[in-house]
Amino acid sequence: MTLEHHDYDVLVLGSGGSGLRAAIAAAEAGARTALVCKSLLGKAHTVMAEGGLAAALGNVVPADSWSIHFQDTLFGGKYLNNWRMAELHAKEAPDRVRELEHWGAVFDRTPERLMSQRAFGGHTYRRLVHIGDRTGLEMIRTLQDKTVHSNVEVFMETTITTLIKDGERVVGCFGYRRASGEQISFSAKALVLATGGSGRIHKITSNSQDCTGDGYVLALAAGAELVDMEFVQFHPTGMVYPPGVAGLLVTEAVRGEGGILRNKDGERFMERYDPKRMELSTRDVVARAIYTEVKEGRGTPHGGAYLDVSHLDSDYVRRRLPSMYDQFLELAGVDITKEPMQVGPTCHYFMGGIKVDPDTGETRVPGLFATGEASGGMNGANRLGGNSLGDLLVFGRRAGIGAAETANRTDAVSLPVGEVAAAEAQVDHYLNGDERDQIENPFQMHKDLHKVMGDGVGIFRDREGLTDAITKLESLEGRADNLRAPSNRIDYNPGWQLCPEVKNMLTVSLMVARAALLREESRGGHSRLDHPAYSDYWGEHNIVIHSDGDKDMSLTPAPVVKRDELEELVEARKESEKAS
Amino acid sequence: MSETMAAGGPRTLQIWRGDLTSGELVDYELETEPGMVVLDAVLEIQRSQAPDLAVRWNCKAAKCGSCSAEINGTPRLMCKTRLDHLPADEPIRVEPMKAFPVIRDLVTDVSWNYRVNEQITPFTPRDDLKEGVDLKNGDYLIDQADTDRMSEFRKCIECFLCQDVCHILRDHHMHNRYYGPRFMVRMASLDMHPLDGVDRLDQIADEGGIGLCNITKCCTEVCPEGIHITDNAIIPMKERVVDTHDPLLKVLGRTPNKGRRKPPPRSEDPEL
Repeated sequence: MTLEHHDYDVLVLGSGGSGLRAAIAAAEAGARTALVCKSLLGKAHTVMAEGGLAAALGNVVPADSWSIHFQDTLFGGKYLNNWRMAELHAKEAPDRVRELEHWGAVFDRTPERLMSQRAFGGHTYRRLVHIGDRTGLEMIRTLQDKTVHSNVEVFMETTITTLIKDGERVVGCFGYRRASGEQISFSAKALVLATGGSGRIHKITSNSQDCTGDGYVLALAAGAELVDMEFVQFHPTGMVYPPGVAGLLVTEAVRGEGGILRNKDGERFMERYDPKRMELSTRDVVARAIYTEVKEGRGTPHGGAYLDVSHLDSDYVRRRLPSMYDQFLELAGVDITKEPMQVGPTCHYFMGGIKVDPDTGETRVPGLFATGEASGGMNGANRLGGNSLGDLLVFGRRAGIGAAETANRTDAVSLPVGEVAAAEAQVDHYLNGDERDQIENPFQMHKDLHKVMGDGVGIFRDREGLTDAITKLESLEGRADNLRAPSNRIDYNPGWQLCPEVKNMLTVSLMVARAALLREESRGGHSRLDHPAYSDYWGEHNIVIHSDGDKDMSLTPAPVVKRDELEELVEARKESEKAS
Repeated sequence: MSETMAAGGPRTLQIWRGDLTSGELVDYELETEPGMVVLDAVLEIQRSQAPDLAVRWNCKAAKCGSCSAEINGTPRLMCKTRLDHLPADEPIRVEPMKAFPVIRDLVTDVSWNYRVNEQITPFTPRDDLKEGVDLKNGDYLIDQADTDRMSEFRKCIECFLCQDVCHILRDHHMHNRYYGPRFMVRMASLDMHPLDGVDRLDQIADEGGIGLCNITKCCTEVCPEGIHITDNAIIPMKERVVDTHDPLLKVLGRTPNKGRRKPPPRSEDPEL
């Protein structure tokens, strides 16, 4: 078979918000740019973002400023954030959202005809720019249209399975086109991983089918570092019924607009967990509260909490939360203007990810960049709602520029023949490999993974559960080479597609579980029943994961990345929290 | 909430299996759970009975518009169609969209839509935006009423079900003469933007082929987002096209889009 090959200056993997923004920036900087995505353009997981984009525009509350947004982000992240990333995000998000509007995005307005901003958990002021409850769709469509008019080549339904290196440098990648099964390779002077998170490691998740953590594993294998992988955000409010839609997101905007949480006894239980912020406490706190209510026998008939907006004007609800209204009516037969929803925690977001230089998105591997949910550091131990959409724009642009600049000072690259052959053999193995007697079915192994993660690496963790989970994950990973597509046809074969994805998810799950075992404390998106309090040591350290050559991953604590000039802001916030 | 929900039970799905050369409906029996949607059933069949069954899906939340198909002959999202809303006493028929070439089983080649979208001039701000009227310190000033009007069209999730049901595309295969309802909606959302400065009416009339639509409203009926495609997007644009293409008005210089810039020349019309 003649291998389809393409050469670019900058290649972006992933077509969510950060990938699109990176591609636009790279093309604008003059780089010959292409975008590769697993699905069709415009279908990436960003499309599901609902509530809004946090940017300190001050349109509703003029007192808002980047420094308060920065402080909120660090408070939400329990001070484990990379300070520089939180700073850049808070400073640049307003310009990025203005720019989006100048590209044609349409957001809800204030009476003064400016972009409106809504309240969200952990944000001091009303800060989230939004359009109804479909902000992600608006963003992705705007970026998608900008991209196709920005001289960016797009390769849809193309799966990348291997990054190709020449010595220390990433010089391209290898994969296949889903529709035809035909193999494809790319050479590029710089490559941006914008591959999103890995929510599909859990059965109950708000994440799209595509969110299988491919980028984390591609980066690890290429020699990059990952950070904060133990911090997985469970969004407090996913649908719990009917079973087919369990995990489906119920936007935080429901609470932002005045939704009230109650247990089966009618008690507004957030009074016991965070009387100051109540329903708009940070996501980690609300998720643990709902989980605890259910666990202690105060859950709803379908094992969740009630979330109620029926006290609000019904026209207002339908106008402000149209997708939620439709979603519950269509899928659960519930009219949310008349009766309460039933909701429970759902795996939603990876705070952790590939460790990057905050200003350029570059990893420690030459030629390799990462951005968006694929990268880590910005959100620390817990992400505030609304901070991911700003993150995508701010760091997507920075990674695109960073990659274009690197490409600009790099001579032409080519793919070493041996590396490509090895990548080909690996993909082919899932389809045609022998050892048929000990085949592992990818659908079954994905199910097995869900069981292990649900049992041992969920919202609450302890040593025993984590140790057991790691043993089981290692055993699954040991069998992963026997994964085979149940059918060996090459065109649009779902089992084949799932083989490398399951293998990736096993590796991601091991990163999460091992980091969770090492971090002996409870903080943000990581709660240890056997270590329920903060630890001073871990409050100053992130866990960094890397892998050298063929060796297994190793985990190292590293001091939180601070900045002297921001010390005063951080201390002031800590003091005011203590005082209250 | 569950009291009204019908129980699951055994159901038969007839799924179209095949490719461009040939295909047929294949029966699959499965035990269903309460509240299951068609996509749940199709994925369960894929997992347990037909591991090579090709189906395109992603969010399973009616937000990405990937899992479009024809269910009992009607274009619908598989993830938004509950089994218990379909007649219980007959098999559930699931087929690929018919307006586009099939790749395999339920997956079709929808790339033509992306080629059409590339032909449409994107949002471009007017040259004469005024501080204090259109701008405040450079920020756009827009009425919520304008936002609401545009928002209906911007809800589109690009599932292409409207394109599938449109008889101009589905039956007459005039993909090279009509952009289809989805892109009439797109044009309408751009046209209604109060700060946009591009005159797209010629494109809507000529390459876009809006005149070919004869207002059967099939597209509106299948839209999972409930967009009033015909009434709110196509008919008002048809009226404006008639106005601007009236030779007398052109002579008098009284065309509705006077002052808006013409878009740059475009490449050939996209072929299917």
